[in-house]
Amino acid sequence: MKDRHRAHDRLARALGWASLGLAVPLLTAPNRVARATGADDSPAAPVVIRTTGVRELGHAAALLAGPPRMVWTRVAGDVVDLAVIALALPGRDGLRRRRLAVTMAGVGAVTVLDVYAAVDARRANQFGAGRPGPLKLSASITVNRDPSEAYAIWRDFERLPSFMRHVRSVTPRGDRLWHWVVSAPIGRTVEWDAELTGDDAGRRISWRSVPGGDVDNSGTVHFAPASGERGTEVRVVLHYDVPGGMVGTALATAVGEEPEQQVRDDLRRFKQVVETGRVTRSDAMPWGADAARQALQPAAQPHPDRVDERP
Amino acid sequence: MKALCWQAPGKVAVADVPDPALMDGMDVIVRVTTAAICGSDLHLYSGYIPATMPGDVLGHEFMGEVVEVGDEVTRLRPGDRVVVPFPIACGACRACQRDLWSLCENSNPNAALAEKLMGHSPAGIFGYSHLLGGFQGGHAEYVRVPFADVGPLKIEDDLTDEQVLFLGDILPTGYMAAEMCGIRDGDVVAVWGAGPVGQFAIASAYLLGASMVIAVDRFPERLRLAADEWGAHPVNYAETSVLEELRELTAGRGPDHCVDAVGMEAHTDVSLLNAYDKTKHLARLETERPHALRQAILACANGGTVSVVGVYGGLSDKIPTGSLMNRSITVRTGQTHVHRYMRPLLERVRRGEIDPTVVISHRLPLTEAPRGYDLFKHKRDGCTKVVLTT
Repeated sequence: MKDRHRAHDRLARALGWASLGLAVPLLTAPNRVARATGADDSPAAPVVIRTTGVRELGHAAALLAGPPRMVWTRVAGDVVDLAVIALALPGRDGLRRRRLAVTMAGVGAVTVLDVYAAVDARRANQFGAGRPGPLKLSASITVNRDPSEAYAIWRDFERLPSFMRHVRSVTPRGDRLWHWVVSAPIGRTVEWDAELTGDDAGRRISWRSVPGGDVDNSGTVHFAPASGERGTEVRVVLHYDVPGGMVGTALATAVGEEPEQQVRDDLRRFKQVVETGRVTRSDAMPWGADAARQALQPAAQPHPDRVDERP
Repeated sequence: MKALCWQAPGKVAVADVPDPALMDGMDVIVRVTTAAICGSDLHLYSGYIPATMPGDVLGHEFMGEVVEVGDEVTRLRPGDRVVVPFPIACGACRACQRDLWSLCENSNPNAALAEKLMGHSPAGIFGYSHLLGGFQGGHAEYVRVPFADVGPLKIEDDLTDEQVLFLGDILPTGYMAAEMCGIRDGDVVAVWGAGPVGQFAIASAYLLGASMVIAVDRFPERLRLAADEWGAHPVNYAETSVLEELRELTAGRGPDHCVDAVGMEAHTDVSLLNAYDKTKHLARLETERPHALRQAILACANGGTVSVVGVYGGLSDKIPTGSLMNRSITVRTGQTHVHRYMRPLLERVRRGEIDPTVVISHRLPLTEAPRGYDLFKHKRDGCTKVVLTT
């Protein structure tokens, strides 16, 4: 994890220095730059080039002084440059057109590098050391029962769908293997086999998906006595990748399926199931606690059609 | 069935909505026989409670007959007559087990929403916004009651609906307001708001040993009720300076305990301050007009208690924290832990120690509930409490 951090840090910094280096000719010799790029026939070129130089100074400052994710500012700059060049192309031919095309190809290549650096910075931030997938999340809740009771309910994997809204079913496949079917955004389902990698009665359960499933993931639930007579602190840590990687997560978040909130909701329902034996449902939230549906909840009056919609 | 639905700030209507059905084995369906409009319903009515939606069925003070029973319910049977406490409580979480029923950790399916505004979520409440669960309220012909083995109090004697209805909210609320003061011999208690909760706080303060109780309000009929029924000393803030009067009545000490039974929509005798809060309130820059709370703090004796049962929804300005901190004042608050008080207070009603019916001024059928809201909000026609029958 450390190594990766350093690697993308180095790349981001190098891009910062590149911005600084590029700013010098843009600011001091705009006419020569205009000639080299084939835009020297436009009276506006020196102004545009100088402005770009000032912007490059901004990228340099952001990248050299700020976090690696500031690479996104370069990506934004690249998009502007590509657009400007694309607008300049149609009016030109001959040598100037060739020079502009070369410039565009160069900017295009730099854009690819910048996007790579930006995505890498983001993935590295979320990477869990030695775990499947780049994404990690954790959540916790306190339940008013002994660790052994809380553990026993979680360990009954076939019951997980009673409080995990997205889990359709968990069925045993042999001794230490379970088959998971989980709903995914836009009405799809994903499936995988997970193997029990650790099982310490009353204290801890760990699992990890075996290769070949739709989603690579591993997780651990810790059960620890809370201080005084406060029951059990339940902590979940998940490492996972989702189909489509980062883009998939971003899309899922956009349609209201923010993963961390999902786990918090699942834990809230787990607490309800452990303490009361059921998920609490109201007229406006017949599905039970569910942040994704919070914004869309109907009025607080009976909705008979939703009575049987179990979470 | 017919139910009273919130439509917009200042607008409610009786509408036809689907009948409630059992959603869980621990549910019962209650046919509401008698309900009441609570002062805190007026905050919803005026649109000052966040996350209230058109179509929400209001009402959290109700009682009736059990007509349908979930398959896990053991304490109730069809035909039982029950009073339902307004907070919904599971009976199994640590809060319930510590007797803090209005802080039930499992009864609010919208807890994540409440956490955003309040840090942590209180219990769900019938008909009291989506922030507190989105549960259908009891101003309706039927209502679904979850955790039915935990909340509803069975009434098995011949006490009338009106005698026991208020056990579900305002009687325990007034009682808890007084209890939180920790009244000792010789203590003077001042109660802001001589509405129904204030009346029961006054009565309870005397029951718990107060030597004098002062009622602060501006409606003569409410002050008269407080004086005639319980022997309170009335202070009309429209006619006199409350702080000076309280200092005078206690020879400079101030009341030992101050109860805020008003909450977020208070009025004050200082018209400039009134205008300031009203403006911020309307601009939604402040959710409360906390005049009663400010005055209760300033009036309270050194080392005394400020007990808050008037409902607040969000954020307040200009709370005299300097007065609060420098003078060792204890603040006690809470939505009422109704389950804790229902049985003991039922006993007191049965023994005739307190007659809850004295606060009732109007009796209307459910179909006329919108008129009831209007009467109660504007205190028209001497309105102190509206009881609805179905």
